[in-house]
Amino acid sequence: MPEGSVGTVAPQFMHFDQPIALKSGARLAAYDLAYETYGELNPARDNAILVCHALNASHHVAGVYADEPKNIGWWDNLIGPGKPVDTDRFFVVGVNNLGGCHGSTGPASVNPETGRPYGGDFPLVTVEDWVECQARLASRLGIERFAAVMGGSLGAMQALQWTISQPRRVANALVIAAAPKLSAQNIAFNEVARQAITSDPDFHGGHFYQHGVVPRRGLRIARMIGHITYLSDDAMAEKFGRALREGVLKFNFDVEFQIESYLRYQGDKFADQFDANTYLRITKALDYFDPAADHGGSLRASLAGAQANYLVVSFTSDWRFSPARSREIVKALVDNRLNVCYAEIEAPHGHDAFLMDDARYHDLIRAYLERARA
Amino acid sequence: MMTAAGPAASPKLAGRRDFEAIGRWIKPGARVLDLGCGDGSLLRYLRETRGAHGYGIEIDDAKVLASVRNGVNVLQADLESGLSGFDTDSFDHVVLSLTLQAVRHTERIVREMVRVGREGIVTFPNFGYWRHRMQIFMGRMPVSKELPYQWYDTPNIHLFTIDDFEIFCAGHSVRILERVVLGEDGSEVRFAPNLLGAIAVYRFDNFAAA
Repeated sequence: MPEGSVGTVAPQFMHFDQPIALKSGARLAAYDLAYETYGELNPARDNAILVCHALNASHHVAGVYADEPKNIGWWDNLIGPGKPVDTDRFFVVGVNNLGGCHGSTGPASVNPETGRPYGGDFPLVTVEDWVECQARLASRLGIERFAAVMGGSLGAMQALQWTISQPRRVANALVIAAAPKLSAQNIAFNEVARQAITSDPDFHGGHFYQHGVVPRRGLRIARMIGHITYLSDDAMAEKFGRALREGVLKFNFDVEFQIESYLRYQGDKFADQFDANTYLRITKALDYFDPAADHGGSLRASLAGAQANYLVVSFTSDWRFSPARSREIVKALVDNRLNVCYAEIEAPHGHDAFLMDDARYHDLIRAYLERARA
Repeated sequence: MMTAAGPAASPKLAGRRDFEAIGRWIKPGARVLDLGCGDGSLLRYLRETRGAHGYGIEIDDAKVLASVRNGVNVLQADLESGLSGFDTDSFDHVVLSLTLQAVRHTERIVREMVRVGREGIVTFPNFGYWRHRMQIFMGRMPVSKELPYQWYDTPNIHLFTIDDFEIFCAGHSVRILERVVLGEDGSEVRFAPNLLGAIAVYRFDNFAAA
């Protein structure tokens, strides 16, 4: 086991009988949440950190599974003993969100009313719904107040929403590579991804499970589009340039450029492991997120009841959620006289930079959490 | 890149003598914006001694990190690109401590200080200090405790004297409310400040708005 790893971990499951009323108006009578924890909850129960996942990740945040030694948690470079999110000091919780496809109740789960998978009937879920689920899980785990709630991208939106929905239950929010709401361009990319899936003949209105098929073509294209937006032009140029896989042009539509090979590989990998209905719902949750909307369009007003301290981090080459979007959040926090630190990390990787092991970025998180602990 | 908050304008002034002078002008619980906050020492000092609630602006990665470690609110940004993100009168005091001489757009930053803050506070090394004058008289660019850089590696691009600053204020609708001039040892200088003062500390507001 590499140094700094939390080691072998196992997912856990919590069943909830208490019905949940979703923002859409739909209701789920019962549901399960998959989660993982690392480190120990201290006797005062004040050292817990919730890590919220983004589009395609899960509750498997750190460590590996005993039977899958290569399945490393998605934020393993940040979280572990002695790492910036130090599991020797903090009790870290990762949760698979409602509507997910990694163990929590989602579209592929059996609908108790019909005995068949929910499929296209699974309700649309929102960031607010996820925060409600996470808060219920926290209560069951004996966590009254998180020392910190953190995430990148869509995960950061959940961290921000926590401070709005549950102001007394979160001391610090780490809001990384975020936006206070999606732009038209962001929604446009999501819509192309959704169209790719829903126009796949194997989609069957979301009830593809019953047909024994998966809308692979749609998922592949959705993932390719997403992937392009996660990387910067420079990062792609650096990594692939115009390099050809076989050194010469072949004048056909097979893979010629390395970037094509990479996108196809990413698309295939994704289509093998991700649920199309979940992807549709998560992109919708992104589109819907807009805490200012309930306050006449004022982000400042939406944060008026917040009490947390914040660390906001953006990355210079992130064009999906650019630094300007993070500065909107910072301004609303400053306007509310909330404590906030904001860093703009010079990084070439685009939106994906929040997942990278960058010393300036990681040092900042370490320093912020150390002061949060003090 | 040359920015206001680039290399510390006067790193050797650790334990900074201007802090106390600034602190005396900050009302308890005031909202303070510190431009070019460095490692956050001033904000921390003002929080601990005056209960001030402040934010610092800093461009340098290492100093942002140091400010985070110092437990203050730091926002990473370039002063030179303006304070347009801040609403008018959103702070009681906007402080520019030993940095004005390193700012490229001097007029803009001073104008923005009195827009965003009800009052501005600047401290700067007095180029008219007699030790500086002596060195120039001897044919060399001054290097001193206040201006510790050689001419070829200095961040200080707009050196000026106490008299220069007061003439500047008069010409830019800036009303000087208070002035304290300090000697090398930190004691107050009352006689011939432009000659005997090493550091000047000013409190001012926007005359046009007053």
